[in-house]
Amino acid sequence: MLRQASRLLTRSIATTQQPIRVMGARPMSTNLPATPVEDSAFLESWKKVAPNIDPPKTPSAFMKPRPPTPSTIPSKITVNFVLPYASELTSKEVDMVIIPATTGQMGVLPGHVPTIAELKPGVLSVHEGNDVKKYFLTSGFVFVHANSVADIVVVEAVPVDHIDQNLVQKGLADFTQKLSSATTELEKAEAQIGIDVHSALNSALVG
Amino acid sequence: MAMAAAFRREGRRFVSPQPITAVRSSLIPEDHAPLGVRSISTQVVRNRMKSVKNIQKITKAMKMVAASKLRLIQTRAENSRGLWQPFTALLGDAPSVDVKKNVIVTVSSDKGLCGGINSTAVKISRAFNKLTLGPEKETKYVILGEKAKAQLIRDSKKKIAICMTELQRNPLNYTQVSVLADDILKNVEYDALRIVFNKFESVVSFLPTMATVLSPEVVEREAESGGRLGDLDSYEIEGGETKGEILQNLAEFQFSCVLFNAVMESACSEQGARMSAMDSSSRNAGDMLDRLTLTYNRTRQASITTELTEIISGAAALEG
Repeated sequence: MLRQASRLLTRSIATTQQPIRVMGARPMSTNLPATPVEDSAFLESWKKVAPNIDPPKTPSAFMKPRPPTPSTIPSKITVNFVLPYASELTSKEVDMVIIPATTGQMGVLPGHVPTIAELKPGVLSVHEGNDVKKYFLTSGFVFVHANSVADIVVVEAVPVDHIDQNLVQKGLADFTQKLSSATTELEKAEAQIGIDVHSALNSALVG
Repeated sequence: MAMAAAFRREGRRFVSPQPITAVRSSLIPEDHAPLGVRSISTQVVRNRMKSVKNIQKITKAMKMVAASKLRLIQTRAENSRGLWQPFTALLGDAPSVDVKKNVIVTVSSDKGLCGGINSTAVKISRAFNKLTLGPEKETKYVILGEKAKAQLIRDSKKKIAICMTELQRNPLNYTQVSVLADDILKNVEYDALRIVFNKFESVVSFLPTMATVLSPEVVEREAESGGRLGDLDSYEIEGGETKGEILQNLAEFQFSCVLFNAVMESACSEQGARMSAMDSSSRNAGDMLDRLTLTYNRTRQASITTELTEIISGAAALEG
């Protein structure tokens, strides 16, 4: 609740200002997000050194436009959930996501304060109405933006129901044995990582 | 006379003129058939036709191979496009941020015969290098792929920090690229990494692109001065001991993600470019073959006509 306090405060101001803004800043009734601006300083300095070569494109030219920060809190949160080999969710509007941050489980609702959080192995659950979809994540980052958009960037993720309970138990036993027989620091660390991941998988299946 | 014509048709005169000079000088008066006036040796043309046909076969096969590889990699490249967008949304896109240590990561291919994608990447890297020149400034190159190395080693050998080749021996995956990214981050000091690659748009068009990854210190500096990254201060940062630590992790993760996409796009562009290059070269080979066939037939026809005329006129002389 405290997370949203600052957001709620600004909202009350924003709503009072809204009618004026609508009259002044929007001469046309198009509600398109602003097109990404090219970096003019870069283009100019490029022209000076290499007038014969077209300046290279920059990533912002290929960005999907992001919605502007709305003046009121929307009822849904927009989630982008990406992996290196796939975009699991793209601009999907859901009610809530619960994220396994390193500081603990974090529920993200619409109007969450802008946050950057690191992830640890754990379960990401996406709540949409009565549907709850659960994914097991390894690690990555989450960015929650002011415009109620949450970006989840993860190295590897699988739906929880694709995990085999028996294999998890077996892996856990294997790594526990490896830890007890480990001699060097490196082996110990590797075994510890294995145990951490498998116990996180185990608790994801049980819980 | 008929013998002389037979010699001409065989094309011995052009292929190996030396051993038969004695024979020829006794048989053909020099003034009668000056070199190459009446007939082009058909043998030479035939050989050329054969080699062009073989080249066409090879280029066609290469085109097929490139097309099938392209299909595989194109879906993967398109799937990886979501990966960098969150970072650009958060940290913005800052090609103009002025820093001391620039590192230009040029992504190119290992093999040639793929149109101009490698030289475009090199040209852009060179121009950007010129742009960052200045007192107390340092620019280094990190080169991925054999082809850019060959071009850049000529004029900026001292500036090359790391060279990595044979990226695509195994199918590219994220783990491999993140190990690569880790290698680069460990061995090169940087304030900003500029990744230059060709973004795949379609089989015939590639957009030279430069992505920027700033070091955590520069990100913090820019955020505090309220420049292009001014929004970053409004974000609450969770986890980690300090803000710097998180930013460090973030920058490294960003680099691996951006590099992954860059490598994928570049591999995809390479196959696309190779496909269109091979397509046009098989078409050129076809055109050439048509021209050669025409020349060949015309020459053959001409020599037959000459022989006939000679025989008929000889017979007429005997009769008369």
